[in-house]
Amino acid sequence: MPRLVSHPDEVKIVTRRFGMGAAEIDRYIELGGYESAKKCLEQGPEFIINEMKASGLRGRGGAGFPTGLKWSFVPKQSTKPKYVLVNGDESEPGTCKDHLIFLHDPHAVIEGTVIAGLAIGAKTGFIYLRGEYRYLIEIVEKAVADAYAKGFLGKNIFGSETEFQVIVQTGAGAYEVGEESALMESLEGKRGVPRIKPPFPAVVGLYGGPTVINNAETIATVPHIFAMGGAAYAAVGSERNGGTRLFGISGHVERPGVYELPMGYNLKKMIYEVAGGVRGGRQLKAVVPGGSSTPVLLPSEIDLGMDFDQVGKAGSMLGSGGVVVIDDQTCIVEFALRTISFYAHESCGWCIPCREGTDWLKKSLTRFHAGFGTMKDIDNIQYLAENMMGRTFCPLGDAAAMPTIGFVKKFRKEFEDHLNGKPCPFAKHVEVALV
Amino acid sequence: MPDVTFTVDGKKLTAPAGTLLIDACRKAGIEIPAFCYYPGLSLQAACRMCVVRQEKVPKLQTACTTQVGEGQVFVTESAEIAQARKATIELLLGNHPLDCPVCDAGGECELQDMTFKYGAGESLYVEAKQHREEQKWSPAVYFDRPRCILCYRCVRMCGEGMDVWALGIQSRGASATIAPNGGDHLDCEQCGMCIDACPVGALTSDTYRYKTRPWEMNHVATVCTHCGDGCKVTLGIRQADNGTDIVRADNRDKSGINGDFLCAKGRFGFDFVESPDRLTKPLIRNAAGTLEPATWEQAIRHVASKLKEVRAAGRAIGVIGSNTTTNEENYLLQKFARTVLGTNNIDHVRSTDYPGFAAAMAGHDHRAASLRDTQTAKAILLIGGNPTEEHPLLAWNLRTNFRLNQARLYIATDSPIKLERQALMSLQLPVSLESGGYESLSDFLGGDDNALDFGAMDDVIESRPTQTDTVPTELTHAKTFREAVLAEDSLIVIFGEEFRGAAIQKLVAWGLGKENVKFAYLGDYVNSRGAADMGLLPDLLPGYVPVSEPGAFGEEYANLSKQPGLDAVQMLDAAGRGELGALYVVGADPIASYGVDPAAFENTFVIVQDIFLTETAALADVVLPSASLYEKTGTVTNSYGDVQLVKKAADKAGVKTDFEILVRVAGGMGIDIKKLVPFGTTGKGGVTADMGQSRGAQSGEADRHAVWLTANNLEPRLSPFDPLAVLDEIQRLLPAYQLDRLNLFGGNDVPSQPGFVPVSDLLAQAAHQDVVLPAHDGLFTSGTLGAHTVALTEIRQYQHSVSDAVVAETAAD
Repeated sequence: MPRLVSHPDEVKIVTRRFGMGAAEIDRYIELGGYESAKKCLEQGPEFIINEMKASGLRGRGGAGFPTGLKWSFVPKQSTKPKYVLVNGDESEPGTCKDHLIFLHDPHAVIEGTVIAGLAIGAKTGFIYLRGEYRYLIEIVEKAVADAYAKGFLGKNIFGSETEFQVIVQTGAGAYEVGEESALMESLEGKRGVPRIKPPFPAVVGLYGGPTVINNAETIATVPHIFAMGGAAYAAVGSERNGGTRLFGISGHVERPGVYELPMGYNLKKMIYEVAGGVRGGRQLKAVVPGGSSTPVLLPSEIDLGMDFDQVGKAGSMLGSGGVVVIDDQTCIVEFALRTISFYAHESCGWCIPCREGTDWLKKSLTRFHAGFGTMKDIDNIQYLAENMMGRTFCPLGDAAAMPTIGFVKKFRKEFEDHLNGKPCPFAKHVEVALV
Repeated sequence: MPDVTFTVDGKKLTAPAGTLLIDACRKAGIEIPAFCYYPGLSLQAACRMCVVRQEKVPKLQTACTTQVGEGQVFVTESAEIAQARKATIELLLGNHPLDCPVCDAGGECELQDMTFKYGAGESLYVEAKQHREEQKWSPAVYFDRPRCILCYRCVRMCGEGMDVWALGIQSRGASATIAPNGGDHLDCEQCGMCIDACPVGALTSDTYRYKTRPWEMNHVATVCTHCGDGCKVTLGIRQADNGTDIVRADNRDKSGINGDFLCAKGRFGFDFVESPDRLTKPLIRNAAGTLEPATWEQAIRHVASKLKEVRAAGRAIGVIGSNTTTNEENYLLQKFARTVLGTNNIDHVRSTDYPGFAAAMAGHDHRAASLRDTQTAKAILLIGGNPTEEHPLLAWNLRTNFRLNQARLYIATDSPIKLERQALMSLQLPVSLESGGYESLSDFLGGDDNALDFGAMDDVIESRPTQTDTVPTELTHAKTFREAVLAEDSLIVIFGEEFRGAAIQKLVAWGLGKENVKFAYLGDYVNSRGAADMGLLPDLLPGYVPVSEPGAFGEEYANLSKQPGLDAVQMLDAAGRGELGALYVVGADPIASYGVDPAAFENTFVIVQDIFLTETAALADVVLPSASLYEKTGTVTNSYGDVQLVKKAADKAGVKTDFEILVRVAGGMGIDIKKLVPFGTTGKGGVTADMGQSRGAQSGEADRHAVWLTANNLEPRLSPFDPLAVLDEIQRLLPAYQLDRLNLFGGNDVPSQPGFVPVSDLLAQAAHQDVVLPAHDGLFTSGTLGAHTVALTEIRQYQHSVSDAVVAETAAD
């Protein structure tokens, strides 16, 4: 089990039960578990949605859409069954929060799913777990089985007339399936390719039924909101950004790990105080604030509050909360290459700009980093990425293009340093890149 | 949907709310480029070429997924949009092989056209392109992966359009590739629709690949020669040393009755034209008893003098016509028989009982369904047959109608068929394939609960537990089926050769008792319907006019006998008895069809006009090599009564059209040709009004002025070999063939309206059921033509090997 980190600035809401054996249902109940679900069952959908709206919770998957509002879009009457989907296909490089939730507190996800189901009138929820998280499957499946055994799931949940079933499904190794409609396709047994929108999932989702799909962290937060009250949760965070967020700080810091900090927490403080600063006393070169798809920030840009709005204003995105810290010994060209290699590998191939664009960016950057680039290549790389932006079928293309544009724009000098047969200034990495 | 008004490039447009922007624009003449969008197939939004700017929307939007709404404002051409499209093409060209100089699609490639328009002329990459070897997926289909742009048209065409689902996508990202369901080969219906849909040269056909450059061909739109659906087919023609070659058959402008569709036979089955077995010289049986090449003059003279001799001797002459010759040739043949040979002994090898259908439908012309009706009908009752195999276009229409319009399809057959996947309800009938067995269904539909004997299904359904358990279940199901059919406000009833004579009467009578029921009766060959309509029948003149009451024909036709003649079987019997002096066979093989002992013709002078040396031709006294349907002009009528123009596409040295041969024979017999073919006039006695200034068509284009002149009867028929002169006469004498000629000559299908003149009861009863010989040609067979088609033969063998492999695999499991 990964070592848990801690810092006094943390506000432990979602991580409250981490390390306390809450994967066992009795322990979870002992720690106040399933009380929120019972309360929601008594109070009904309107109460749930109002409370969710009051909490200011915004989707933790990356887009930051208000969760309560999303739930309210689901039509009350539907001829087709409604569904709740938990997106646990956590695959964005730099992101490692959901797996901790599944590991330490799987019942929070189950309970959150039940509450979401009650809110929209669904009878079935699916927990879609990233395929590579093999070691979590048993934990989550056991948790679901235990919840069934206690009567918290099934035909008559908590002894009521209400039915709610939960099914656990794993992915088959595609980042793309983290996109909500591609996840539905995958869940239906098809190729993991996104759907055309509209219609949106709230109207036509899984198996054509109205569907709420939320990130695992979002869902795991839900029971806590009802335990502490929506308003109290909202008060923790910053303006229009309720509550806390699980920040996964990785890269060249002294104390990497997942920290639960209030929304709007200062990034500089996060790196230098919470994570203990840059490793080995080196200088900070750059920060990727929200997972590999978010544009890079320079050291001069990191004195900002980490919430959806403030990071957006700084020209990047809060994304999935994966903060990647880059020190001065890192080759940015290589970093760009590593990033684009991931997206080229994960592009589903559906649309031309993403399929061809990621591949050509990867090829160009590989050659460029190996010392065979030209000045024109630098423009070409930027041109290619800019022509992918906003043109692709789903956000994966943007996710690949955005950081690339950021790297070229902010570190053009470093690109130029690779020209004219000069070896990579951070030569020790060259071999790696060539592989 | 109510209409909404929106603005595109400053122009106000109106369309029903919810119309796709790309459709609305194309309708208004605003071109929006797209690779993946294909009308009628599911939306992909994958190629990103159709991006447009919508006011107040931050990103460019795809026109193929944007539904128009009131007051919306769009821009479809701007520097930003052009750049987006250019960038997409640059990306495609990065891996595209640019082997355009040798690519089949070079010159008619959508990627080339778009590159030309958006000017992606600079190479941005220096890395090697991805390359993969080409793959042969079947005898018909090749795949060049590097050329593929992944628009998924082929996948959807195969799955959604054909309901075959033989293509899918393997791998992801830049490695993604189209792949066949058989792993490395196709297990499918070999229709080639994937090739047609491909915007580039990724999918190519065995019959066409690397044969020519597209601009070396002329294109002639005509009618496929194979089945009774009568698809429009565009033949690509190139000059050759012995005339012209047909190098390709496809569905180029999709303007025909078949829209997008063409099956394996239409697409690949044209090479019989080039078959080495093709007859190219007249043959005369010499004193030694062998067939010997002769000149046309010798052969015609010989035939003419022999016919005169037999006629003078007062001996009977029989004439058997064809299901694959044109209406004009058929009309001319019966007129020749009746006025020149003076006999009603004329028939054809009937694949269905059209006279029986005509009798049943008499007086109810508006109840005949055209093929186009099957594309839009809300409800269809299909009884018997298997359209997927035997009437592929009908099957396509029914599938498409179900898919796009949610048409309700009811199927009643004696064995399961593929179309049941689209059916709302299907009913397995307790009948055998024997003719007449389906008759009981009419009684059942009419309310007789005991009409269907489900007990007879014992031997068909092995799994049935006990008689008492299941019979009520089947009957209950049948009753539900009947109720659903009867509850339909309108219905098209489609049936085929399982119904003849009285059975047709009964079914049609049931349907006529309901409002809004239309009928279609399926024939097997390209002009089976036309052969019957044009009077290749011993008792009926063109338009099913009884010879006993000939009406206008009595005045027109000299020497017309009011006595019905012998039908085909009777003629062959008469020959066997030595009572037939001569038998004139045009495009038919009665000996093979009816299994006659060749010795029966010892005392009969046999003349055969055909394109191959058939069994009948092999024992003929004179064989006259005729032109195929692809080498002549005229009209044909499909099963549904839709008339279409056949245009001469190819040339074959040595052969003559059946039309010309007949005229020459009549001339040789000393007949006044003008009485046979009203040439030298416009219609009946008219004179030329406007000769006009016809420029002559550029290659491949229609000569519009000439079409207009001809359509309006303003051109004199200057030649006795002009079939249109006979079409004039057909139109004059047949109420059913009052065709809109401008439409017909423009290349459209024109329903023959009104359909059927009353046939007297006497004749209706005399249904010669034993004369009807259904062809039962499947997807890859087509009578004599199919046997002489190398492409179809290879496909047939391949299909067998694939199904053998499946059987072996199953056995191994």
